[in-house]
Amino acid sequence: MSNNVALARTDNAAELERFREIQRLCYQCAEEVAATLEPGVTEREACRRMRRWLRDHGVDDWLHTPFAWFGDRTAFQGFKVPTQFLPSGRRLEEGMPYILDMAPVKKGFSADIGYGGVLGENRIWQQLDADLAAHRTLILELVRERRTFADIYAEVDALIDRQGYQNRHRKYPGRVIGHQVGIIGGPLPKGVGFPFGVRFLQTIGRELVKERLEGRSPLWNGARQSQHPPTPGLWAVEPHIGFRGVGVKFEELLVVTEDDAYWLDDDLPHVHRWAARKASA
Amino acid sequence: MTSPQTSETVRRRRVRGDGVDLAVYEQGDPARPTVLLMHGYPDTHAVWDEVAGRLAERYHVVRYDVRGAGASSRPFGKRNYTFSYLMADMTAVLDATAPERKAHLVGHDWGSIQAWEAACTMPERFASFTSISGPCLDHVAGLTRRNLRRPTPRNVRNGLGQAVRSWYIYFFQTPLLPEMVWRAGMAGAFAKALEVGEGVPSRDGHPARTLPRDGAAGVGLYRANMLRRMRRPLDRRTDVPTQVIVPTKDLFVSPHLVGGLGDRVPDLSLRTIPAGHWVVRSHPEVIARWIGEHITGTTGGTLTAAESRALRRARVAPDRRPFEGSLVVVTGAGSGIGRATALAFAERGAEVVAADLDPASAQRTAELARLLGPDAHAFQVDVADADAMEDFAKTVLHDHGVPEVVVNNAGIGMAGGFLDHTPDDWKRVLDVNLWGVVHGTRLFAGQMAERGQGGHIVNTASAAAFTPSRTLPAYATSKAAVLMLSECLRAELAGQGIGVTAICPGVVNTNITRTSRFVGRDAAAQQQDRERASRAYALRNYGPDRVAEQVVRAVLKDRAVVPVTPEAHVSRLVSRLSPGLMRLFARIDVG
Repeated sequence: MSNNVALARTDNAAELERFREIQRLCYQCAEEVAATLEPGVTEREACRRMRRWLRDHGVDDWLHTPFAWFGDRTAFQGFKVPTQFLPSGRRLEEGMPYILDMAPVKKGFSADIGYGGVLGENRIWQQLDADLAAHRTLILELVRERRTFADIYAEVDALIDRQGYQNRHRKYPGRVIGHQVGIIGGPLPKGVGFPFGVRFLQTIGRELVKERLEGRSPLWNGARQSQHPPTPGLWAVEPHIGFRGVGVKFEELLVVTEDDAYWLDDDLPHVHRWAARKASA
Repeated sequence: MTSPQTSETVRRRRVRGDGVDLAVYEQGDPARPTVLLMHGYPDTHAVWDEVAGRLAERYHVVRYDVRGAGASSRPFGKRNYTFSYLMADMTAVLDATAPERKAHLVGHDWGSIQAWEAACTMPERFASFTSISGPCLDHVAGLTRRNLRRPTPRNVRNGLGQAVRSWYIYFFQTPLLPEMVWRAGMAGAFAKALEVGEGVPSRDGHPARTLPRDGAAGVGLYRANMLRRMRRPLDRRTDVPTQVIVPTKDLFVSPHLVGGLGDRVPDLSLRTIPAGHWVVRSHPEVIARWIGEHITGTTGGTLTAAESRALRRARVAPDRRPFEGSLVVVTGAGSGIGRATALAFAERGAEVVAADLDPASAQRTAELARLLGPDAHAFQVDVADADAMEDFAKTVLHDHGVPEVVVNNAGIGMAGGFLDHTPDDWKRVLDVNLWGVVHGTRLFAGQMAERGQGGHIVNTASAAAFTPSRTLPAYATSKAAVLMLSECLRAELAGQGIGVTAICPGVVNTNITRTSRFVGRDAAAQQQDRERASRAYALRNYGPDRVAEQVVRAVLKDRAVVPVTPEAHVSRLVSRLSPGLMRLFARIDVG
């Protein structure tokens, strides 16, 4: 890919379809790997399964290699240094929440998803997951109103506060609630990354500079750099909330156009789960 | 005798025990469940008069004078006071008054020591057992040996505590002298000591007119059994559902003697009461209620919400959470420190009442608390409104009972120069920050005092209470008042087992900065101030959860004043060491 094109063209239906495909592939992977999780499985083992599954399905590069967090690590409890995000030897137990997070690239097209679940019953997880739904609606509404990213970040924070939870995405590098994704290319070798793919780093580095010149940022957080209206493009949005050692997140692609925004795909496991819960309530 | 159904009538009869005649007293409908009340030394059945009267409305109450006391025979010689005789007496009384059914056993002092023996050796005769201020001798012997084998400072301290409390037991082992002292007019001094030391004035029947003879004869109980069991303790266990009532100010029986009891009594409940040894005389209402609750609980009767909570609180279990069965009321529970505190208590097993001016946020706190604890309830209340607070306290009492812990946390912030504060500003700050605490404390401390089982009150003051500042005249004044109020109250309520704590958090990242009023500013400037303060507080990044942990700790350890953040500690230290320096700091305009 040339360095001159935008990360992703939101007016190109065919291209968006390719992004939708890779995002669906990710969720399929998440669901299939989640179904194999049982007591005793470690985070490293879960990541290995995700990597293998994706490789077997044509994935050739990574924005970042898959992550898995089990138990109170889903809420990043006690996380002080970035290496703590890496998969550990923590074993899954009955009643434990887990999060699978993957960001593969297939033929240049990338996606970045987060998939939360729980092994068996966990009341706190159920409540958190139900409350996470409001964030998907809120973020979309505010982006459509074209409020600044920093503003939206603050509004999400306020909702988290009202809900009585903790903002966990502030623990991510750059305290981001979202970041831009797109077509990944360049001269660097594919498939190398621990945990971030070198091509992704090159792309994001380029964008950081390019966007900075326009007074914007490809990273979406609450800082001054994000005090700008939503940038058209594809954004991986990942609100992550935590409460008493339980963390839940979703991450999926948001399409931002010049004057509108929509979720790239509504046919996703968490969207169906929330709808079912609402219907049964 | 002619109207046996009325609870006041005491029916007296004599029962033949093992070689002695026992004076037996019955009250209440014999068709109802039987409660056997065992008196201690040097009392007679009459020590139970108040409790028996209350229980007789629901139960068939049986009491008797133990051999050597009151109107029963006084055999001579310590041989006649061994456990085997005492157990034979008890069996005879039960056979005569409650044949072929289980009784509910209650013992105080030596009555309790006998009752332990009975519950361990003939458990089939009892449906429940309540022990007050009288341990199982074998347990005490076992505990003492264990503690001697592991002489940690705490074990040594506790052991010495009981050793000192047992002075009279050594004295009773000396021959003749104790009898002579009793006969020589000790009785009058005893009655006086009871009134002065225990707050139990003499009344008709207690101390009994037979006290000199009871005291002298009853010494046999100690001589016949104490040494023997201390030397060769037996492995005593019981499956009878047992409730142990521990008076924490007992001058004769150390509260620590219940240590390790859970291993030997699988179905064990423990209740403490801030009272002296003669708790059955000083707090008959509470004792009767607790006996009734224990009986109802073990027989599967219907209990009110407050009663079943009380039983849960008393229950001893290895995985018990520290506030299991407690009711905790928190005002300003919709956000910040209030919400975090409510959740911290819920996490430790407490049932929470979350009150806030904003009903939605209170509701939310209750929802979260239910995820962590047994149950939670939300209330909308303006703490500044005396009538509303009165209603609130009444509703809580009616629906859930008396709270064990009340956290008066609701407060508002206000900053700016003194001359910029209007009288209305002052009124608002004092109404919420001071009067809110006054109302909450007055109403709930009143409930706690009336119930007589102690409790704890936590008032959220502030580091501003001892940190003068030109920018916080109204706020700091209100919080200083809360601190002083807490200190005064603590002194007053100490005698009733009600602890009072003032929490002084310091700079904590909550939404108080976003709702504070910055006086003397227009709306835009005020908004700017709020954002600036919020940013500064966020940067400090001391979360309300950490304050909540300190609140819980303060309640468990009964702390008086608790500065929370490091800057609060420093401020308190400097305000004591160098008030002049504080005055200098106070001049800095941080607004």
